[in-house]
Amino acid sequence: MLIASALLSLPLLALFAVLAGRREVTHSIVYAGCFVASVALFGGGLTYLGGHSASPSWILPLGLPWLKAHFSIDNLSALFLLMINLGAAAASVFAIGYSQHLPQRRRVTPFFPLFLLAMNLVLMADDAFVFLVSWEFMSLSSWLMVVSDHTDEENRKAGNVYLIMAAFGTFCLLPAFGLMAGPGGDFTFAAMRIKDLGLMGGFMVALLTILGAGSKAGLVPLHAWLPLAHPAAPSHVSALMSGVMTKVALYGMIRVLLDLHGQLSWHWGAGLMMVGGITAVMGVLYAVLQDDLKKLLAYSTVENIGIAVIGLGLAIAFKGDGQVELAALALVASLYHMVNHSVFKTLLFLGAGAVISATGHRSLTVLGGLLKRMPWTGTAFLVGAAAISALPPLNGFVSEWLILQSLFKGPGMPHWAMKFGVPVVAAFLALAAALAATCFVRAYGITFLGRPRSADAAEAEDVSFGMRWSMAGLAVLCVVLGVIPVTVTDALSHVVRPLTGVGFAVSADLGWPWLSPVSATRGAYSGTILMMFGLSLFAIAIFVVHRLGTQALRRADPWDCGHPEDIPQTQYTSQSFAQPLRRAFGHTIFQAREKVVMPEPGDMAPATHKVSMIDPVWSGLYLPLVRGIDWIADHVNRLQYLTVRGYLLMMFLTLVFMLLVVAVRQQL
Amino acid sequence: MSQQFNYDIAHLIGATVLMAGFGLLYQRRVFAVLNTFAFQALALAAAAAWQAHIQDAPHLYFTAAIALLFKALAVPFALHWLVERLGIHRTVETALSIGWTMIVGVALVALSIMLVLPVTAAASALTRESLALAMSVVLLGMLMMITRRNAVTQVVGFMALENGLILAAVSAKGMPLVVEISIAFSVLVAMTLFGIFFFRIRERFDSLDVAYLESYRGDRS
Repeated sequence: MLIASALLSLPLLALFAVLAGRREVTHSIVYAGCFVASVALFGGGLTYLGGHSASPSWILPLGLPWLKAHFSIDNLSALFLLMINLGAAAASVFAIGYSQHLPQRRRVTPFFPLFLLAMNLVLMADDAFVFLVSWEFMSLSSWLMVVSDHTDEENRKAGNVYLIMAAFGTFCLLPAFGLMAGPGGDFTFAAMRIKDLGLMGGFMVALLTILGAGSKAGLVPLHAWLPLAHPAAPSHVSALMSGVMTKVALYGMIRVLLDLHGQLSWHWGAGLMMVGGITAVMGVLYAVLQDDLKKLLAYSTVENIGIAVIGLGLAIAFKGDGQVELAALALVASLYHMVNHSVFKTLLFLGAGAVISATGHRSLTVLGGLLKRMPWTGTAFLVGAAAISALPPLNGFVSEWLILQSLFKGPGMPHWAMKFGVPVVAAFLALAAALAATCFVRAYGITFLGRPRSADAAEAEDVSFGMRWSMAGLAVLCVVLGVIPVTVTDALSHVVRPLTGVGFAVSADLGWPWLSPVSATRGAYSGTILMMFGLSLFAIAIFVVHRLGTQALRRADPWDCGHPEDIPQTQYTSQSFAQPLRRAFGHTIFQAREKVVMPEPGDMAPATHKVSMIDPVWSGLYLPLVRGIDWIADHVNRLQYLTVRGYLLMMFLTLVFMLLVVAVRQQL
Repeated sequence: MSQQFNYDIAHLIGATVLMAGFGLLYQRRVFAVLNTFAFQALALAAAAAWQAHIQDAPHLYFTAAIALLFKALAVPFALHWLVERLGIHRTVETALSIGWTMIVGVALVALSIMLVLPVTAAASALTRESLALAMSVVLLGMLMMITRRNAVTQVVGFMALENGLILAAVSAKGMPLVVEISIAFSVLVAMTLFGIFFFRIRERFDSLDVAYLESYRGDRS
């Protein structure tokens, strides 16, 4: 009842935003309404997580007359409902303040509630029809917000690429569900679960699902739209697209591969794990070289999706091999990382939004020194950056550690591909984690530390009340999810039990705060103890410094932080900080080349230092594809200018060909 | 008369229609094409009448009468009159040489036999072979439409295709009369339209070669 009324209120809010969008207060009311609806849906999700209540299902007479719309909430949907609506609630609160300064807000506010509605409906769908319609609705409503600032050429391009990739995704998912429904055409998930797909059908369903949901989630090389589209939307929408919508895509993947498909061989898991590893490393390599703060965060999303997919692939491989306990472990780790990423990526995007609304800039080159001017945003962003860099005791560490622990069990599988592949993926994961830390040291350091690099950055003011608190709430959640890992894994255990058959089992139970998935002596972690220990050490250190240290006054030159000249140009720039990595990794992968142009003797022009880079995915995959399509279109176009006899001939040849096919088929 | 004899006669007439189809492809003069077409329509009328006799289906006599009146008499005379009236070049202009057209025609007949005989294994022997013949006639009609440049010969190809359809219709038992009548009238309407069209083309281009039409299309950018 609560859920239904919350869902119904969202389109009404959208309608209200359209009708009364002229007044400023409308936008605040709509976002406040979205917040209330998200909290209600969060509460609804919480009720159904953990099997306290039986999973409800509703059948509504919507859609096509002979297909009723089926909805249901099981543990998996409930978990993702929590993720979605947590992010949605934070983004809504943030947007109350943020949208006041947004010039295109009348083109954004009406679609925001619709976007929330679509994502929630995807999670509650219990038949393919509702799922696909909501999925497409989710793509379109977010697309409208991506192109809301359509005066910018780059945003229009981002919108076009997004639309094409979204269409590609749905184009893949449509036949996947069609194959699962079979010729009888029973589109309910319950019927798909018991259907035997056969060898070829099973193969096609798995491939199409990975392509379709993977393109939405941002798996390399289908990620091309993501770093374009996510930054193009207003920041509160970017936060939802990056933090939350990618999770809906992963939900689709889990739902089909682990729930509906039901008979996936371990090969798919191994392949998915490898793709995840490549995605993680590529994503973070892109991220570390970006100058645009939001683009950096978007590429970092690609990386984190890769990490979550490593866990998912591993779970599928273990399940396909019959090792359900390990499958449960890997799946819990993967889901844990999705939860964490939805929290800290939403936080970081909101932080980026705060920086943009305070300074008007997204480029790292002109930011700097913002921590002094914006202490709230700076502190919250720091927590998010530390969490995404997987620093203990924050939440990012726990999930990446769990994924790594489950990877260590991978070589125990009786397949040589896994024995050799898993260590490679583990190395990828470690590399990605290390590079992510570098990436966020750079992002945070250049943005918030040092001296301002522009007048706008020097005069920035911290953001308004609601925006601060939405970020602070998410930052606290980053800490909480990190220090009570066992509580989280216990909750996730309810989710994985229906998918793998068993819950999350610890090998040696060391009691509540200890997480020991593998062995009590070799792999045990407690965020709670670590946090308490760290805080005590911190308190002791403060006590020692303040009480036992000397109180005498000391006069000396202040430390000048390495640049005695008080000019911002002497600091690290975003480019110079990334240069070592660009030289080490970018030279081969991105074909990064540096070129110094010295002026002629006597010429007064400054010397220039140019860097050229090539995106291998664009130049290696998408551009040839575009050229190929252009070539085909050019040649097919000639068919439009045939002679009368030419058209007759075409029909005649088609007829003869069809007859030949029939004749040959009869002979067989 | 035995059943076998009935079938043999039916197949003989059907084969005559098919042979006339090949004859259409072979002719090099427009008037000869028209005469051959009249002969084919005559054979078709005979086929319909014979089917009416052996199937005891009196309405097929009506079909035979339509074929005789319209296709064997009215259409060839009208085309004859048009050709004379318009002073059209009397040779057949081919897009594919006569020899090659014949070879392709033989291949098409082989295809239709190969196709129809296994598909209709359950039907009676009469229907099976007649259908194969009818389908060959249809395909030959289409072949004529695409390998001849002149508009008159294209129209004749279209009419020959119709002949094939009617042959198929009379061979299968139980085809309602209304279908045949509507086919016959649609042919007449098409004939009228083609006639008007010929005058218009002729007025504009002094030729009936359809290639002249192509430069006058609006969609070429």
